[in-house]
Amino acid sequence: MPYALREALSAFRRTPLLTALSVIAIAFALFVIGLFGLTAFNIRRAIEKVEEKVEIVAYLTDEMTAAQLQTSRAEIAALPQVAEVRHVTKMEALATAMAEMQEFKDVFSDLENNPLPASFEVSMKPGSRSPEQVERVAKRIQAYPFVEDVRYGRDWLNTIFMLRRIAGGVAMVIGGAFALVAAIVIATAVRITVFARREEIGIMRLVGATDGFVQSPFLLEGLMSGLLGGLLAAVLTWGSYRVLGSTMFQVEWLPSQWIVLTVLAGTGFGLISSLVAVRRHLGQV
Amino acid sequence: MIRLTSVYKEYPRSGTALRDVTLHVNKGELVFLTGHSGAGKSTVLGLIQMADLPTAGEVRVSGFSSNLIRRREIPLLRRKLGVVFQDFRLLRDRTAEENIAFALEVTGAKRSTIAPRVNRLLAQVGLAHKARACPDELSGGERQRVAVARALANEPLVLLADEPTGNLDEWAAKGVFELFREINSMGMTILMATHDLALVRAHPEYRVVELAQGSIVYDSAAAALEAERV
Repeated sequence: MPYALREALSAFRRTPLLTALSVIAIAFALFVIGLFGLTAFNIRRAIEKVEEKVEIVAYLTDEMTAAQLQTSRAEIAALPQVAEVRHVTKMEALATAMAEMQEFKDVFSDLENNPLPASFEVSMKPGSRSPEQVERVAKRIQAYPFVEDVRYGRDWLNTIFMLRRIAGGVAMVIGGAFALVAAIVIATAVRITVFARREEIGIMRLVGATDGFVQSPFLLEGLMSGLLGGLLAAVLTWGSYRVLGSTMFQVEWLPSQWIVLTVLAGTGFGLISSLVAVRRHLGQV
Repeated sequence: MIRLTSVYKEYPRSGTALRDVTLHVNKGELVFLTGHSGAGKSTVLGLIQMADLPTAGEVRVSGFSSNLIRRREIPLLRRKLGVVFQDFRLLRDRTAEENIAFALEVTGAKRSTIAPRVNRLLAQVGLAHKARACPDELSGGERQRVAVARALANEPLVLLADEPTGNLDEWAAKGVFELFREINSMGMTILMATHDLALVRAHPEYRVVELAQGSIVYDSAAAALEAERV
């Protein structure tokens, strides 16, 4: 077994509590971020599903001429965010209303004049369904004099987007706090190991071991803690997903690349934390 | 092999440790570096290892100059130097052979070459039978022999010894010095700091350099040269 690996493993044996703490701290930091990932991913999926239905409905006045209809329809369809413009005539609107609201069927058929306005139903292209884009298109349509009113799910769209932002912000703050704790624990572990092995390190330097060689067991230890922390975080996130799925509501599991990324993030974090700590503390030996 | 030229060393707190020290040690020489405690002996050894750099002047050791050396070159210099201390500096939780193997292992020696080389070194210092003993199970003299074996592990060009007999009784000290003589007779350059004047006087055949308050006050080689001239 190479020297660095042997020493890194013996550090695990020598200070098991500290090593466990490092692993747990990294795991919690990544678990929080993993939970956010799970939430964010599911919110995104929900938004995508809702977004597919995102439509702007522009109600048109009865005074609109056929020429205006043609021109405005072409103009709206030409907007880069717009996928399709459907013209719903007064008659179609009435038919739909009658079909959808059976209990008012008689009321509708007794009417002398059709009170329902004609409308444009504008669907948006994927990627152009953010509240800002929808609002921009809606405003553009609103500008036509023959458009009476424009409706789109502005409020709930904003709410969902805000929810996602809040979840992201909270996860970053909590995840960041755990990451800080993890970095401090790793630095302490490195410091204690450097102190416990100061004689050995002194001799290594005396006989001509390179800095890289002296540092390697510490870096490997950090890397292994990070790897274990990342794996633990993935397991914890998966556990939460299962519990959530069986007790509250159905959620979707994360794509496998996200899991690989979580484990890699843990490994990288462990490595960088120990690199910073080892550079700092080895200088004092 | 070792050249100190007009070397000054000052420390911010304790002041001047070395003052205009010029010392050349040639290949194959055994030199006693003597003087009272605080005279600057350990400072000279530290500068040769480039554990510290001079405030002024230059230290040259086997091609490396204190004025030019880079941090990453220092390990390469150290591999050309074997160092022995008064307090042995052995790892207590490892056996004699493991202590010696450690020096080889951490400098990247091939695994297959380590065991035979350790055995040879243990035999050279007369401790083949104590290979499996930990430092606590060895006498002072034996510990110092293990330390010498470790110092020789990487086949250095120079052996630096800082009071190597300081913690030993007279007999053990004699034994360790005999080992030094043996190693020197095979061509190894040795610079040995000591305040054991009895030992120095018992061996007038070796060069003596005396330091006092950071300056060289006596050099038997220079004195001999002077005597020749007169």
